[in-house]
Amino acid sequence: MRTATIVSAVLLLCCSVVATADDGSAFRLLNRLAYGPRPGDVARVQQFGTERYIEQQLQPVAEPVVLQQQLAALKTTTLSAAELFATYGPQLRKLAKADDAAKAEYRDSIREVVEQAEDARMLRALYSPNQLQEVMVDFWFNHFNVYDGKGLQGRLLVGPYEREAIRPYVFGKFRDLLGATAKHPAMLFYLDNWRSTAEGFKPAAGPNKDKPAGLNENYAREVMELHTLGVDGGYSQTDVTELARILTGWTYDPRAMARGGGDSGFVFVARRHDHGPKKFLGTTFDDSGQAEGEWALDLLAHSPATAQHIAYQLVQYFVADVPPPALVQRVAARFRSSDGDLRETLRALLLSPEFLDPNSKKFKTPYQYLLSALRASAVELSNLRPVLVALRSMGQPIYGCPTPDGWMNTQDAWLNPAALTQRVNFATALGAGRLPTLATVLAKLDLKANAEAVENDTRAAMNAVEREPQNSPTAGHFLAVSDLQITLRGLVLSDATQATIAQSPPPLQAALLLGSPEFMYR
Amino acid sequence: MDRRQLLKSLALGGTAGLLPLSRGWAIESGRSAAPRLIVVMLRGAIDGLNVVVPYRESNYYQLRGSIAIPKPGTDGGAFDLDGRFGLHPALSSLMPLWQSQQLAFVHAAGSPDPTRSHFDAQDYLESGTPGVKNTADGWMNRLLGALPTRGGALRAVSLGPVLPRIVSGTNTVASVPLGRSAARKTALDRPGVGAAFDRLYAENSALGAAYREGRDAHQQVLADLNSADISPEANVADNGAPPPRGFALDAAQLATLILRNPGLQLAFMQIGGWDTHVNQGGSQGQLANRLTALGNGLQTLTTQLGPELANTMIVVLSEFGRTAKQNGNGGTDHGHGNVIWLLGGGLHGGKVHGDWPGLDDSALHEQRDLAVTSDYRSVLAQVSERHLRLNDRQLATVFPQAPASTTGISTLLRS
Repeated sequence: MRTATIVSAVLLLCCSVVATADDGSAFRLLNRLAYGPRPGDVARVQQFGTERYIEQQLQPVAEPVVLQQQLAALKTTTLSAAELFATYGPQLRKLAKADDAAKAEYRDSIREVVEQAEDARMLRALYSPNQLQEVMVDFWFNHFNVYDGKGLQGRLLVGPYEREAIRPYVFGKFRDLLGATAKHPAMLFYLDNWRSTAEGFKPAAGPNKDKPAGLNENYAREVMELHTLGVDGGYSQTDVTELARILTGWTYDPRAMARGGGDSGFVFVARRHDHGPKKFLGTTFDDSGQAEGEWALDLLAHSPATAQHIAYQLVQYFVADVPPPALVQRVAARFRSSDGDLRETLRALLLSPEFLDPNSKKFKTPYQYLLSALRASAVELSNLRPVLVALRSMGQPIYGCPTPDGWMNTQDAWLNPAALTQRVNFATALGAGRLPTLATVLAKLDLKANAEAVENDTRAAMNAVEREPQNSPTAGHFLAVSDLQITLRGLVLSDATQATIAQSPPPLQAALLLGSPEFMYR
Repeated sequence: MDRRQLLKSLALGGTAGLLPLSRGWAIESGRSAAPRLIVVMLRGAIDGLNVVVPYRESNYYQLRGSIAIPKPGTDGGAFDLDGRFGLHPALSSLMPLWQSQQLAFVHAAGSPDPTRSHFDAQDYLESGTPGVKNTADGWMNRLLGALPTRGGALRAVSLGPVLPRIVSGTNTVASVPLGRSAARKTALDRPGVGAAFDRLYAENSALGAAYREGRDAHQQVLADLNSADISPEANVADNGAPPPRGFALDAAQLATLILRNPGLQLAFMQIGGWDTHVNQGGSQGQLANRLTALGNGLQTLTTQLGPELANTMIVVLSEFGRTAKQNGNGGTDHGHGNVIWLLGGGLHGGKVHGDWPGLDDSALHEQRDLAVTSDYRSVLAQVSERHLRLNDRQLATVFPQAPASTTGISTLLRS
């Protein structure tokens, strides 16, 4: 024990010497553009050069075979929204009449769909080499947030939404991303546009047959306030109502999807559309069906207020809680001059001197904190549930932000007394090897057959996270702080942190590093 | 007979179930006269017109074909409050408080700012400065700074994993985890682990301060919730009913913390899920279900506070109201005026306060929403002044630029 302490103290010293020889830019880059370094990443980026690495990240490559296999095991994550409805939809229709046992079974199968989507998100964030792509999936999902807690359809649709409406467009045109989200059943459902109709419209069939429906302005407001112009972007209540009228008829038909019809789910139903003239943002809209909505989205996507709003959000996410105005202007200018090309917009941001400024730091969100700790530790988790449960208790469950503004990413939002103690507790469990790794639990890929076993593992693992000791027979091997030091080369530790780690028993050293004040920032 | 059975049998004997609580409070604190405030924020804009129903307004029933709450005395009807207004039937658990004059409402209350953005409106409600976005702190934090220190580790608590804007600022507010995990030990409670991390966070930074506050609060909460004479189970005179979950459990735990910490002066809780754009229902349905849970939680809180309710003011409020007219989907969209709920001691209770503007088409704000006749800051200022005993100078720091006029709400509290 004593020898080990000395050895790690020596390693610590030697590593901090190396760290000072490097300017730390590779480490900062990996903290900002990725979810933190995995073993070997810092050296790779140093060798490659930061600019070349950024260029490479802007052009995603095929995912490694191992990751592909892990993802393939999550069977429902390959199904489209329509396919999921075709599989689960009929039950959805009959559910009202089903008995309690059938309902419970059905809910379990839906839960499995969401859990597999969460697992896929986490696996990619942990192991994909296309880190910037994964970061942007998180950013844009959050920007166009939908929520898994709004009804069974909502639960079913969050995974397909990310795959179909977000992921394909993160390096594409903003207008395409906006259109894909506007038309996806997940968004149509979450912000209620699927039910918004011309005043007095009566459905000819279905559960609401002959009940007069009408306007619902939920989506029309949020698409301007949150997705495009920003709350001070210069629109009025009249614009909200007029846009809602323009977007009447933009809907999807869950029953048609469940029957296997329709590939994307979106339909424009002319009968539901308000055919009267509208005036939106000073422009007169004559009756032209779906084209009205397309035109309105064009106006929104190309408004200078939108460029400004998106630039502000990107710079706040990547650089500083209070974004440097000059950088926001440059990024907004590139957004406009590139016709909302998100790759070009990002390039302007990532190659800016402000991006790697060592003086700007961002407090990690719970999601970023957990991912960076797991990546640095390079543990191969057999079961991601404990991590997802920890995220929930830290207040940031995946797909679990109930409000359309998505999660904040500022220090004000996330630094609080309870948050720090939770992070420290997680770091202790991880550092002590107490999360369920492949080494400690046999792989249980077939979640359904082994649901109970996985449930028990999860409970045991969460108890371990929250409780007791390092030396029980079920404990895994504690992480070596020396490995972490190499992985995190470029992380500048204060003298006090270095001394505290060096003076502590080895089983606690990795936990202290991952729970240190310095590791809370990116 | 073990302890739980004993408690249960006490509970079956009626109010005796509350004995452990009152005893714990008495032993800990003697007689407490320190006033305290609990704010419950309903995020998402609750439909106040269906909470305190203006059942005499014919336009109410014309505007709300399928979601209106029927008149008192009819099937699924509201509970009559004062001959003008009725309470949503899902809030039956609160009627005893109304009858004992420990419940009052301020109708047509809200913000002078016209925004219908949830996020801006919540921000203004929490900063206490409508229309001003760069206010650094929340009004409850400023209020904490104005209140006298009464000792103890917990002066102010916020329930939930993050500290919302309303309590953020320079004064220390403890966050208490939700649910059963609040009472659970963690790795940091092991002496070796705790000592090492204490050294790591001994520094004098924002993180160091937050860490130490978190440790202190956690230890206090752990001790209180696991103390021998009070446990979450013991708190419930349950008569065999399942233990409280969700909001009611949090309310029960908050009551315990209050009873054991006489110095605890401010508490904040929040509940979401009120943004009922679709199928909000009437006497039954989506909103009714949520109101039932909210009412049960408030009833748990007031019951468990027992005699301490006399020193407590509970304010329930939301960022804005919803459209007077129901929308095309059996729901309501973002509106303006709303109702503020007040529960506790010292109230002119059993009364719906405020200047009621009516629901005639000509009276509606922008031809669609209940108008605002009482500024929410005037309500909170009166609570701060008469209940928490702030002076004018202190009031001005908590609610700068609050309006002087209090027409219709000048006697919410006995002065």
